[in-house]
Amino acid sequence: MKKGLKKWSLFPVLAALAVVLSGCGEEYISALRPSGAVGKEQFNLLLLAASIMTLVVVVVSVLYLVAFAKFRRSKLGEDYMPKQVEGSHTLETIWTVIPIILLLILSVPTILATYKFADVSAMDEVDENGDPKALTINVTAKLYWWEFEYPQYGIVTAQELVVPTNEKVYFNLKAADVKHSFWIPAIGGKMDTNVENVNKFYLVFDKESAGLNDGEGVWYGKCAELCGPSHALMDFKVKSLNRDDFDAWVAAMKATEGKTASADSTDLGERTFAQNCLGCHAVSAVTPAGAAGPNLATFGDRNRVAGYLEHTKENVEAWIKDPEKYKPGNLMTGKYKELTDEEISAVADYLLGLSVEK
Amino acid sequence: MSSVAVTKKKGVGAVIWDYLTTVDHKKLAVLYLFSGLLFFAIAGFEALLMRIQLMFPNSDFISAGTFNELLTMHGTTMLFLAATPLLFAFMNMVVPLQIGARDVAFPFLNSLGFWLFFLGATFLHLSFFMGGAPDAGWTSYASLSLYSPGHGIDFYVLGLQISGAGTLISAINFIVTIITMRAPGMTFMRLPLFTWTTLISSTLILFAFPPLTVGLFLMLVDRMFDANFFDHTMGGNTIIWEHLFWIFGHPEVYILILPAFGLFSEIIPVFARKRLFGYSSMVFATILIGFLGFMVWAHHMFTVGLGATANAIFAIATMAIAVPTGMKVFNWILTIWGGSIKVTVPMIYALGFIPSFVAGGVTGVMQATAPLDYQLHDSYFIVAHFHYVIVGGIVTAIFASFHFYWPLLFNRALNEKLGYLTFWIFFTGFHLTFFVQHFLGLMGMPRRVFTYMEGQGWDLFNFISSIGAIMMAVGVLLMVVNMLLSIKSKPVNCRDYWGDGRSLEWAIQTPIPFYNFKQLPLIRGFDAYWIEKQEGNTEGMTYAEPLGDIHMPNNSILPFIMSLGLFIAAFGALYHPDGVSWSIPVMVIGLGITVLAMIIRSVKDDLGYHLHKEEILAIEEELYGKGGNN
Repeated sequence: MKKGLKKWSLFPVLAALAVVLSGCGEEYISALRPSGAVGKEQFNLLLLAASIMTLVVVVVSVLYLVAFAKFRRSKLGEDYMPKQVEGSHTLETIWTVIPIILLLILSVPTILATYKFADVSAMDEVDENGDPKALTINVTAKLYWWEFEYPQYGIVTAQELVVPTNEKVYFNLKAADVKHSFWIPAIGGKMDTNVENVNKFYLVFDKESAGLNDGEGVWYGKCAELCGPSHALMDFKVKSLNRDDFDAWVAAMKATEGKTASADSTDLGERTFAQNCLGCHAVSAVTPAGAAGPNLATFGDRNRVAGYLEHTKENVEAWIKDPEKYKPGNLMTGKYKELTDEEISAVADYLLGLSVEK
Repeated sequence: MSSVAVTKKKGVGAVIWDYLTTVDHKKLAVLYLFSGLLFFAIAGFEALLMRIQLMFPNSDFISAGTFNELLTMHGTTMLFLAATPLLFAFMNMVVPLQIGARDVAFPFLNSLGFWLFFLGATFLHLSFFMGGAPDAGWTSYASLSLYSPGHGIDFYVLGLQISGAGTLISAINFIVTIITMRAPGMTFMRLPLFTWTTLISSTLILFAFPPLTVGLFLMLVDRMFDANFFDHTMGGNTIIWEHLFWIFGHPEVYILILPAFGLFSEIIPVFARKRLFGYSSMVFATILIGFLGFMVWAHHMFTVGLGATANAIFAIATMAIAVPTGMKVFNWILTIWGGSIKVTVPMIYALGFIPSFVAGGVTGVMQATAPLDYQLHDSYFIVAHFHYVIVGGIVTAIFASFHFYWPLLFNRALNEKLGYLTFWIFFTGFHLTFFVQHFLGLMGMPRRVFTYMEGQGWDLFNFISSIGAIMMAVGVLLMVVNMLLSIKSKPVNCRDYWGDGRSLEWAIQTPIPFYNFKQLPLIRGFDAYWIEKQEGNTEGMTYAEPLGDIHMPNNSILPFIMSLGLFIAAFGALYHPDGVSWSIPVMVIGLGITVLAMIIRSVKDDLGYHLHKEEILAIEEELYGKGGNN
């Protein structure tokens, strides 16, 4: 055992693991290719833990294979009678102490990181004007979509989170109906959105999302807690912009103030939307949070329909026609009158025209 | 109770009646074995359906709602209704023999425990035909389970409540049996390891099942009478459910793995022809794992938001469990070190178990690293981890023990060649299925998803995983075929089938008479049978008493009737919230049947009967020919 440990320095194992693991998965969703301080620290912990554990597996396997190869009855003869050993205090001490040491090595960074990730004291810090210093986003998870409120700016968006890069972004996490869990694997670990309390944590986005996945340009976010039939489809996307672009986006969002759909509009799409959809879906980003349906002010800018379908007019139409088919258990089905194909097509055109980026 | 007619052919009806009323630990073991196997097959089939659905991205083989029912029933069934009864089968069969007892302490309760378990499990499975199975996961987290429409969750709550009572009763029975029924000379530090792990695991059940019972009861009144324990809009709290569930749920893992450790601690020394290395440290490690098992439940809740201090404490406590577990692994390796290893089917499972279980154990330590767990939690990584532990640890132990103990159970042996084939197919399939899932989790795939879209880099590994699952299914089928073939095989009629048996159960000649020992044995040390063999004792044991009358319990149908009453009452409780007129009468009738059976049991003295010396000699001669068990 002792000899084995000396021979096996941790570092080559660690280096080899890093190479193997970092080749895994897609950049926009893999925890093995982290793009933020939290995710990177978690990845480093993964490397440390995995190398210690690989070491353990290797030592055990080698000992065991040697024993297995050496002490076969077929070699020793049918009548060979092994010595009946009761045990050995020395050996038992060794394999108690060595694991304890290995675990102590692992536990120090564990405790440090646990406290570090839980430190959200900066959320309450304010500058001389009384404005908060850090960006806080209120996340509300609902059956099966996500609402993102920016209380500092008075704007709300849904399904697509927009964040600035290279600063700590703080999150207040809550669920509106049943428990969900908020997870952006490539950026950092998850935290549950409970129904009865607000959870707080922070993430850092190192890189602008624009170039990801051949120009798709978003990080993938997931719901990680079973929440009903459409749990698997409760995806969201994240756009990370540099601070200037982010501020411009916020300004464009604020500019939608007062925007609404008119039931008297000459546009069939807007008229139909106003009559059937506006009760739940706002088209202005400057609205209070807590709407029954996702805010659609940025619908035309989005990457997906219903969080996971390709962003095409056909899919928008298909979704409006029968949401139950695409997200079983959703709360939109049956909330509006049956629309004709003509109306659906017009609503889809109207929705795709809602944009703050174009 | 006809006692002498052991080998007489009985009609089908008589056999069924015999099993309905039996209080013999060996027959109950057979009942546990086959019902456990039945539920194992059902839950395995559910897993196979899920893996077929996940074989390709965006597949529509199974709908979202059905998938959630399958994943819930797979987890619930495997843990409560497959692994538990299969281990109980071996405990029932082996423990009384290992400690030199004629039966368990409370044979009547033993039967009651089985029927409660079986009818509770049947009730739960009827949900598939009666409006839909539970769909909130085996953890049934409160916000989702209260939101879940239909009766699925009610089936879960009531079914587990009934079967859980059975499990609790059986556990108490094992504890009392091991403490009070040991043969003369069988001190605690001479108990075989499987008996030790049964004792500790039963103690864990004793303390872990009450929190589950409480949680299920609160859930029941929430759903039946809107009691609002878990409804946060009315001042309830869903996190309480999570705590109650995991205060039970974490020890449950050890409840299952400790007996598996025990089984391997029996198998390895036999086929290494060497005394178990570090017996006392093995016992100590078992107790320590059992104790620490209660101190770590919140590691299932690192992402719930309990705060840094709670997370840090539970992280360190969880890591600590690795130490006694490591002790066990090294003790097993040192047992084969310097031994004379004979490769047999049970041994090859044991040999496959060591690296597989270690691989599953170390990923557990990785998840104990709380900040890292924020990434791993509820991803496919955790799915990989617990299947490595459960399949690599518990299922291999059960499969190994099918082969190992089949001669004791049925006086038949399972086919070796088919056994090897089964092992290799199952074992390869197992690693193929679950190894790649570690990476799926790290690559961002959440668990409990009924489908996934293309373009996330998960397609290949999911495909590989599903191929592995199909291989595992083939392995299980071959195991069942092997069991069926054994019916036609020749009775083994021998003592010490494996040739190197060490503990007392191998000292008895098969078929084992229903009273086990015609005279109680005197235990002269650890590995009692080994000692006798070394000293050339051909009878396998030294006796502690002269041949005399044996007191045996009577069979009884009452345990079945008691359980049946609760089974009936559960339907009333289930449909009560619908406002049907018959719900209260059904509950009253059901509970009435149970209470009546309990009253009969209380007022009617059942003192059992005595088996006389002459009858014993006659039975022995019929079983073993002239001269009896010599």
